[in-house]
Amino acid sequence: MIQQTYLQQWFANPRRDIVAGTVVALALIPEAIAFSIIAGVDPQVGLFAAFCIAVTIAFVGGRPGMISAATGAMSLLMVNLVKDHGLQYLLAASLLTGVLQIVAGALKLGELMKFVSRSVVIGFVNALAILIFMAQLPEFRNQGPLMYGMVAAGLGIIYLLPLVTKAVPSPLVCILVLTAVSMWLGLDLRTVGDMGVLPSSLPRFLFPAVPLTMETLWIILPYSLPMAVVGLLESLMTATIVDDFTDTGSNKNRECSGQGVANIVAGFFGGMAGCAMIGQSVINMRSGGRGRLSTFCAGLFLLILIVALGHWVKQIPMAALVAVMIMVSIGTFNWASFKNLRVYPKSSSIVMIATVAVVVGTHNLALGVGTGVILSALFFARKVSQLLDITSELATAGEERTYRVRGQLFFVSAAAFARAFDFREGLMKVRIDVTHAHFWDLTAINALDQVVLRYRREGAAVEIVGLNEASKTIVDRLAAHDKPGAMDQVASH
Amino acid sequence: MSTILACTDGSPLYAASVYDHAAWAAQRLAMPVHVLHMLEPVDPPMVADMSGTIGINTSADLLAELVTFAETQGRVALSRGREILAAALRRLKDDGIESAAIEQRHGSLVDSVEHFERDAELLVIGKRGEHADFAKGHLGSNLERVIRSCHRPVLVASRGFVPIERFLVAFDGGNSAKKAINYIAENPLLKGIPAHLIAVSLDRKELGAEVEAARAKVAGAGFDVTAELLDGEPETVIADAVKRLNINLLVMGAYGHSRIRQFILGSTTTTLVRTVTIPVLMFR
Repeated sequence: MIQQTYLQQWFANPRRDIVAGTVVALALIPEAIAFSIIAGVDPQVGLFAAFCIAVTIAFVGGRPGMISAATGAMSLLMVNLVKDHGLQYLLAASLLTGVLQIVAGALKLGELMKFVSRSVVIGFVNALAILIFMAQLPEFRNQGPLMYGMVAAGLGIIYLLPLVTKAVPSPLVCILVLTAVSMWLGLDLRTVGDMGVLPSSLPRFLFPAVPLTMETLWIILPYSLPMAVVGLLESLMTATIVDDFTDTGSNKNRECSGQGVANIVAGFFGGMAGCAMIGQSVINMRSGGRGRLSTFCAGLFLLILIVALGHWVKQIPMAALVAVMIMVSIGTFNWASFKNLRVYPKSSSIVMIATVAVVVGTHNLALGVGTGVILSALFFARKVSQLLDITSELATAGEERTYRVRGQLFFVSAAAFARAFDFREGLMKVRIDVTHAHFWDLTAINALDQVVLRYRREGAAVEIVGLNEASKTIVDRLAAHDKPGAMDQVASH
Repeated sequence: MSTILACTDGSPLYAASVYDHAAWAAQRLAMPVHVLHMLEPVDPPMVADMSGTIGINTSADLLAELVTFAETQGRVALSRGREILAAALRRLKDDGIESAAIEQRHGSLVDSVEHFERDAELLVIGKRGEHADFAKGHLGSNLERVIRSCHRPVLVASRGFVPIERFLVAFDGGNSAKKAINYIAENPLLKGIPAHLIAVSLDRKELGAEVEAARAKVAGAGFDVTAELLDGEPETVIADAVKRLNINLLVMGAYGHSRIRQFILGSTTTTLVRTVTIPVLMFR
């Protein structure tokens, strides 16, 4: 991994960064508008958010070259808040999300990402793609074949144009062509202008118009918390992807706080909370962007474009946006995961599918990730519990048996451990060799206790051999069998 | 065990001189030479894909493409590096150093200096890097950053090695200059070589006492040393003295001032290293 100074992170690669930033800005506009529509707010909110977040994160983020803006994952979480309480509460929630993320960065919670397994990440990404796709479906409601035709034409342009030329962004061409056609023919299609207010000026600093009471806090906290979690998850995941692309390291905790600062800035300037975008970051990488300058340019060009072209943006038919968003969802989905269902271990596939199912069922990415993490932990515990092997041999006189225990002893494997002993055998002495075993928790100690006590009741003397140091400390603290009165305790069970 | 760390990038003009200087230092200090070749990171390919689309598996394909590119570049760089190091060993043998440790590492020299300087007594580096001809008059891109981040003396090799028969100490009374004086007095590197001490100042009195103390210290260590206090711009006065006195090595404290001052006024150190055609031994 190569370390760069802050200035190098900005200016190591200026020409490519500016070009890539432009491509990203053009790709950001339709997404920012579409995500605003998903969240149920004016397109202006998403556009201002994209500008504020991209420009702020360029300075304070921990992963140069990563693109952050208004995202689908976040807008899906805010739908109900906007519906029930309105935009001002959303802005307040964005501020709180930012504060929570800064706290997470200060507490170095970025480290917790290691508990999120690869299967959960893939499940998250796939669920996100499905949700973005599903969010486009209402646009088709009550629309005639014209809408379907336009979307199909848009997708055709997006996917076929790169076969001809890769010099111009094909989603942009899609938008331009569909807008021109619909204006020229005067088609009766819904346009972006129908969806709400578009920015006509620069964003202004405003404190959200909400009462500063505990009541407000209790309204926004249930939204801010999952938003903070999902924002950090997607940002850290994306950061890892960008790390791989560029073969450079990133500062994950700084990225956490940076996302927080960016969301606070967005909240104060009338934007909704956002996070890193996997698709846009990939586009940035592919267009040659590597440094902070690319993220900064993306935000800046976005603002210039929408303020200058605001009038034209209004005319974009929703069909064009829907086509772009379908591309985004197709590009986000991890298609290899279908093929991998057969190849990967079943437990991994179950974790992935469960993550997707919970997210699609609840529309809450945080819940899905939580489910995935718990499931992976359980599967892991079960797998490790199989690393337990108990053999035994009878000494020549037939009165003494040695059990050899190897492997991991903890709550999952304790029952298997207890079952491995034959208490019916009439023995004078039992030796339990645990040199190669590790006792992890109370349940494991308890299981050993039970075994020892049962043998003693059968009249056998028990000797435990080779408790290694780690096990010994636990045994010393928790076990009962070597303390006076141990038999009474068991009898009272 | 302390070593003489010779940093090379195989640049045709300076590499051989770096090995010669390293061999000279190794013989004087009776220390082994460690030749280090850094494999500097290559820029990613300039892809002409501005299509802004993400299709199926774009992410995985792009990663594979970048890895393949870096892999090819990396192979070429590694085998070129092996040749550079082999050439270094041959040159060192000619200079009378029978064996030396060689090493290649990924990354830039600046980032790795910290890693290596613990075992290094002295760093030897070329005045200019691989692209010397393109950037005549500019210093090796790494040079200043390496010197700034290094806690060991750095010997900046000139274009060709000339046996060192007389050295000049540029003394400004600063901490790094005092460090240089102590090193000269206590270390066998320059023992027995006639020395000349020059201080350049507008205010003679103040520096006078310090120069005398420095001279006494060097003389006390058995050096044949003269001292001089001169007026003028340090850069020109010292460069003139180098020519006038037939000096083979310049010893000085480096980058005594802050980056900000340097940004405005320019650095004496950088100017001197650029204008004199002899090796410079620097202390930080």
